[in-house]
Amino acid sequence: MSVAIRRIPDSARRDVAFAALTLALFLAVTLAFPGFATPRSVAGLLDDTAILIMLALGQMLVIMGRGIDLSIAANLALCGMMAALFNRAWPGMGVAPVLALSLIAGGLLGACNGLLVWKLRLPPIVVTLGTMSIYRGAIYLLSRGAWVNENEMSREFLAFPRGQFLGVSVLSWISLAVAAAFIFAMQRSKTARDLYAAGGNPEAANYSGIDPGRMQFLAYTICGAIAGLCGYLWVARFAVAYTDIALGFELSVIAACLIGGVAISGGAGTASGVVLGCLFIGIIRSSLPLVGISVFWQMFINGAVILVAVLLSARQRQFKRTILEARA
Amino acid sequence: MRWETMLAAVLIAAFIVFSILSPYFLNVDTLSDATFNFTERAIVALPLALLIIAGEIDISVAAIIALASVAMGLASAQGVGTSGLVAIGLGTGLLAGCVNGALVTIGRVPSIVATIGTMTLFRGAAYAVLGDRVLKDYPDSFAIFGQGYLVGPISIELALFTLFAILFGVFLHRTRWGRVTFAVGANPVASRYSGIAVNRYRFALFALTGLFSGAAAVLLTSRLGSTRPSIAQGWELEIISMVILGGVSVWGGKGSILGVVLAALVFGLTTFGLGLMNIPGIVLSIFTGLLLILVVAVPALVNRR
Repeated sequence: MSVAIRRIPDSARRDVAFAALTLALFLAVTLAFPGFATPRSVAGLLDDTAILIMLALGQMLVIMGRGIDLSIAANLALCGMMAALFNRAWPGMGVAPVLALSLIAGGLLGACNGLLVWKLRLPPIVVTLGTMSIYRGAIYLLSRGAWVNENEMSREFLAFPRGQFLGVSVLSWISLAVAAAFIFAMQRSKTARDLYAAGGNPEAANYSGIDPGRMQFLAYTICGAIAGLCGYLWVARFAVAYTDIALGFELSVIAACLIGGVAISGGAGTASGVVLGCLFIGIIRSSLPLVGISVFWQMFINGAVILVAVLLSARQRQFKRTILEARA
Repeated sequence: MRWETMLAAVLIAAFIVFSILSPYFLNVDTLSDATFNFTERAIVALPLALLIIAGEIDISVAAIIALASVAMGLASAQGVGTSGLVAIGLGTGLLAGCVNGALVTIGRVPSIVATIGTMTLFRGAAYAVLGDRVLKDYPDSFAIFGQGYLVGPISIELALFTLFAILFGVFLHRTRWGRVTFAVGANPVASRYSGIAVNRYRFALFALTGLFSGAAAVLLTSRLGSTRPSIAQGWELEIISMVILGGVSVWGGKGSILGVVLAALVFGLTTFGLGLMNIPGIVLSIFTGLLLILVVAVPALVNRR
């Protein structure tokens, strides 16, 4: 456990520095363009980033346990399609069953990944690459390739994530609640501390009575449930469901985790870091048009930020994995 | 049963099933057309197989294709001729591969993280430069690589893929460097102790993968005759699937070129055959996904007993 305890100050220092950087970026844009800090614009920023924040937090759990979930976007798309089809078939039932359906379906899809990784000890990257293809294909079979359009969705279905409360959308509130729960639980709950230990050193965790495989299973299931929930929210927000929604988004989510300081080798990362990483991306995205840079630069800037972040964190753990090769 | 034998059986079965189901399948010209939908990806799968056997991975291959294609498109708009374009495409790929190699060996960033970063960077550069524009002022003679035929129904793409497959097969299974690839993947520390310059070798493999992504960019751009920043989007995971389907272990140290070639053929033939029967490729992806999990699950289940 000393590993986990020693890591806290390190990651906290990183989070504070990163928070200062994000705040500085926000202030710099606001100084140049006072309109950027209006409540309306901040609410818009939050709304645009909400889904990324939730997905990145789910992905964080998986990466923390030394896994990776490439199927997260396909899971989202499949659950989104299920939600849309369910709503089309029973439009009168309201939002509650849709929410339950997408959460449970997503959780089950995530649990499939988790079981394969836990019980058969299969490599996570291959398992989720496989389920990614399967889930995408399943959307096609389910929808027969057709789109579910806005006019086929009930009013409550569409209105739920867009509803306003204190000037902020319900979608943003859900995301804030998930973020708050994660930030609290990652520090306070025993399960989360077990996950840190299992990812940091699976063998040592095993000796102290933690089953690293079981922790991975839990991480995949939670990640899947979040992806499922985001599926409904995504479909309702963009008012359309089809086979290819969120195509390729899995890599953007992983990128957000990396910017947020999650180590791909497992065991390190904080929920607040991940939330900050997503906000950082969101601030850049929404300030680009103001500064007069084409939005097409967004991806390039993200790439540069990822590389800087990972190069910096690689310098800190120089002799961890490659003592020998370091001198080669 | 060896995995390659099983892939060969699947290939033959697919062949028989499709020739029974579709009257258009068993035709030399049709089959020749069918090869176009996998040769470009398969050409990248070859060096990527070596990289994965050596215990690394490259997620940025498709982004390198996009970057190289944009570079060629811009050069072509400036009036650069066909041979110059090929040099630029290959050069861009090689350079991008060297960036990956440097990040992994000098920067000591895990390859999956480094190449997710460069994937975003390279694809982002393609978008930043092109935006929503399309480049399509390619000289007529440039079309030969992606649209030309060597002899009869054998396209230049297919001929190149065959040549590369043989070269890679000989390299991996018959040369000292092939043994080094397996050794580095199986145990990098022991390899270092036995005097192998592990990092230099890794760097070379990343550069090689970049170079072949550049070659795929030349073929794809030449075949399409146009460049958009979204070119080859999503190919990275398809190419990796092809390699793993070919029996290459993601833990490193295991795999064969024959397997990768067979997997590419299975992939290409079934996509095409299903297309003939009006079944879209996305349905095939269920089959690919299951096969992908099976290739790792079968040995795991056998070992458990």
